[in-house]
Amino acid sequence: MSQNLSIPSWLVWVFVGGLVGFIVLGILSVKRSNGIKRSFFASPYTLWMVLFTVVPVLLIAYYSFTDTTGAFTLDNFKNFWDSNYSVNQIYAQMGPQYSVLIQPGTVNIDILVYSLWMALLCTAICLALGYPAAYFMADREIKLGSTLVVLFIIPMWMNFLLRTVAWMTLLEDQGLINTLLKTLGFHSAQLMYNDGAVLLGMVYNFLPFMVFPIYTSLTKMDGKLLEAAQDLGANRLHTFWRVTAPLSIPGVISGITMVFMPSVTTFFIPRILGGGNTMMFGDLIENRFLTEGNWNVGSALSLIMMVLILISLSILRKADPEGEGGGIV
Amino acid sequence: MRKSLTCILLLLLVICLPLASLAEEVVNVYNWEDYISQDALDKFTQETGITVNMMNFTTNEDMLVKVRNSPSSFDVVFPSDYCIERMVSENLLAPIDFNNVPNFQYIDKNFVKPTYDPTGEYSVPYMWGTVGILYNKTMVTEPVDSWGILFDTKYRNNVFMIDSIRDCLGVTLKYLGYSMNTRDPLQLNAAKQLLIKQKKDGIVKAYQVDETKDKMVSGEAALALVWSGDAQYAIDLNPDLAYVVPKEGSNIWVDGMVIPKEAKNKANAEKFIDFMSRPDIAKINCEEIWYSSPNTGAIDLMGDTYKNNLTMNPTQDIIDRCEFFNDIQDFIQIYNAMWLEIKSA
Amino acid sequence: MRKMAKRSYLALILLFLYTPIVVLIVQSFNAGKSRAKWEGFSFRWYAELLKDQAIMKALYVTLSIAVIAAIAATILGTLAAIGIHAMRKRPQSIMMTMTNLPMTMPDIVTGISLMILFTFSKIERGYMTMLLAHITFNTPYVILSVLPKLKQMNKHTYEAALDLGASPSYALLHVILPEISAGVITGFLLAFTLSLDDFVISYFTTSPMVQNLSTLIYSKARIGIEPTLNALSALMFLALLVLLLIVNRRASNTAKA
Repeated sequence: MSQNLSIPSWLVWVFVGGLVGFIVLGILSVKRSNGIKRSFFASPYTLWMVLFTVVPVLLIAYYSFTDTTGAFTLDNFKNFWDSNYSVNQIYAQMGPQYSVLIQPGTVNIDILVYSLWMALLCTAICLALGYPAAYFMADREIKLGSTLVVLFIIPMWMNFLLRTVAWMTLLEDQGLINTLLKTLGFHSAQLMYNDGAVLLGMVYNFLPFMVFPIYTSLTKMDGKLLEAAQDLGANRLHTFWRVTAPLSIPGVISGITMVFMPSVTTFFIPRILGGGNTMMFGDLIENRFLTEGNWNVGSALSLIMMVLILISLSILRKADPEGEGGGIV
Repeated sequence: MRKSLTCILLLLLVICLPLASLAEEVVNVYNWEDYISQDALDKFTQETGITVNMMNFTTNEDMLVKVRNSPSSFDVVFPSDYCIERMVSENLLAPIDFNNVPNFQYIDKNFVKPTYDPTGEYSVPYMWGTVGILYNKTMVTEPVDSWGILFDTKYRNNVFMIDSIRDCLGVTLKYLGYSMNTRDPLQLNAAKQLLIKQKKDGIVKAYQVDETKDKMVSGEAALALVWSGDAQYAIDLNPDLAYVVPKEGSNIWVDGMVIPKEAKNKANAEKFIDFMSRPDIAKINCEEIWYSSPNTGAIDLMGDTYKNNLTMNPTQDIIDRCEFFNDIQDFIQIYNAMWLEIKSA
Repeated sequence: MRKMAKRSYLALILLFLYTPIVVLIVQSFNAGKSRAKWEGFSFRWYAELLKDQAIMKALYVTLSIAVIAAIAATILGTLAAIGIHAMRKRPQSIMMTMTNLPMTMPDIVTGISLMILFTFSKIERGYMTMLLAHITFNTPYVILSVLPKLKQMNKHTYEAALDLGASPSYALLHVILPEISAGVITGFLLAFTLSLDDFVISYFTTSPMVQNLSTLIYSKARIGIEPTLNALSALMFLALLVLLLIVNRRASNTAKA
């Protein structure tokens, strides 16, 4: 990766200017010729996506399967499975007296499992807390419906880093909660730098993403169905279980999708609230790239992560084939 | 039509604004966090008219990757000794024209042409210091003279470690009686096991870098692994704190100012380096960040307050039991693997 | 009784969501720097905020990138949506897969892949690369906002316009666009919001010299939140409230009209 020549920013400005010009010309030229096929309108976008989405992914694949010299290798994946793979090879080369050190390492797998576990916990908690919230919000008895939605949206629009770091003020040893506990006569508790704090941060950030899809699917539900069920003699619980819940499943699936995926890959929450004590998969990837500068292993890890996400998404999609879930729009 | 024209014009205006800022004289500095006096920077801008764009990093390793990836982003960088060695060997640095840095004459002769920069043409020393233990005298009643105290289960959840590979592994190696630059995997493994045990026993409250000094001031932990300047800063604010370099020895380090080869404002960079080496400016920096200065002119100006401060001006026997970090080149891979193992334990 | 229970549950959740924000706002008026001790009421940090070069620069970067990226993504995405809508089944589903791809990729992978792209093609990282990255991740959302509106639109309106003598561009601007304008605006707002808040992708695609608000906060976050950032949060919150009030009033006005 020699950097003797670097394309200066002004050149990139020119490129983008050209792209913009291309689009404008395209629109104007529609006047001249009698109808460029409308499908050609998508060509600037296609070009853009190929350049900025497809090519980068291919590059990741490239780096995953090569080593620093560019030669093909599966070592990066072997290093994922056995984190000491390369290191063991160095020991082996250094001499027999170091053979006692040759042991398989499970660092990457441990971190991956830990991340999956935390993501699962976070999703479960978000579901447990979020479903009732969405349900009550959609409840016709509680008339504040749309105001509540707005109240839920406002925190989401504030910068989420700021909100997460604000928790530091609350959770620190000398923070507000501990100060409160101390004045009440209790011992101060270790509220930060542990798994609990990280989980709290994750739930805090992702809860709205669980609430909204569920709320959307609940409000789409036809109120007359509930009335009909009650007319047919079902009590509240029965109505909920047999009518409301199944109809809200697309929303639930959507919510789970929107919470689980970012939870697995989150990387600054463990760092800020976990104090470097907890390492999650996102941290690991960032560490490989930016601290260690090892692009090959980092790319392999990213590839593995992408595959995992794709697998879990396809599982979730099977449960909601219509794609009716609340989604973002 | 008019509407869209005005829109386009507004758009162009917004785009042009960042370009406008390119006109002024700047110097892009990449430095440690809390490592230079704002006063000194303001004086520099006042006297030379050059604006300082300051960016911060927390560890040498982070900085090295960023400099490798964006070599023309920075004009002046402040790496540590072993990192300078690495950058010289990777051909990342530009030789400094010492005709533009006349204040170099004030640098102590002991720091000229050091082992990490043998030709002496790539760096100008900025600050130096040691690594040691900062402890709170009200929370630690026994004498503190050995690294072993950091591994004592008596201080469960009461110890801050530095989130840096070489510092943690280094002091552990010293505790076990090995060199901080060892390439012996067996020795490294022993150090790694000790650090894993330290983490598993719950002794470490957190691994962090710049947050430690303020947290020690507010009494959040009993012991911390720190650099000497952070220690002095904390002691100044909280007299219950004290600093010691343990008997097994420690790390002595020098941070220097270097210019990356593809820096865009090399002349401004040299002016900056020269300015920082001026005795009165070096004194300002030293008194703000509390590290040890390699600048004889500054030391003279600071007089006895500097000379009598053991943290900032350690005695010769302390210096003798300290070791410099050397660049361990490819072996860093093994260090990295071990560090990941420790962090995920 | 049941109503009370439901209301209190919602109140608790909202309390959970708002506590850190309230803490930030209250702290912004704390005359002292300490995070736990109240040292008197003061506007000091608001004044310092305006003087803080780094924060102001980051704010400018964040806003300008959000605006430019949102506009670019909206134009690119709307055109693309129109194009995709007019495609046959096969190419259409390929395009949809490609559009969905970046949304299913975790942002850390998007950020890293773009970082690799820029370094590999030796493009200097900075404002430009961050902008390109933002446009890249915004556009699919615009497409997804506009497409449903296109699907809802009567298929034959465009052809009818052509039959009536309109040129294709006239038909595009004056027939199709007004019908999908709601989707376009939603797309724009969505893109704008996403850009404003983005952290991970910006983190990997910018140089340390060009920081947006999120990366700036991250670099300062390890040390704990700076009082000036508290003031910034309070102002952001105020701006949000005002914005929402205006939107609400507009909505109720058009409802009355």
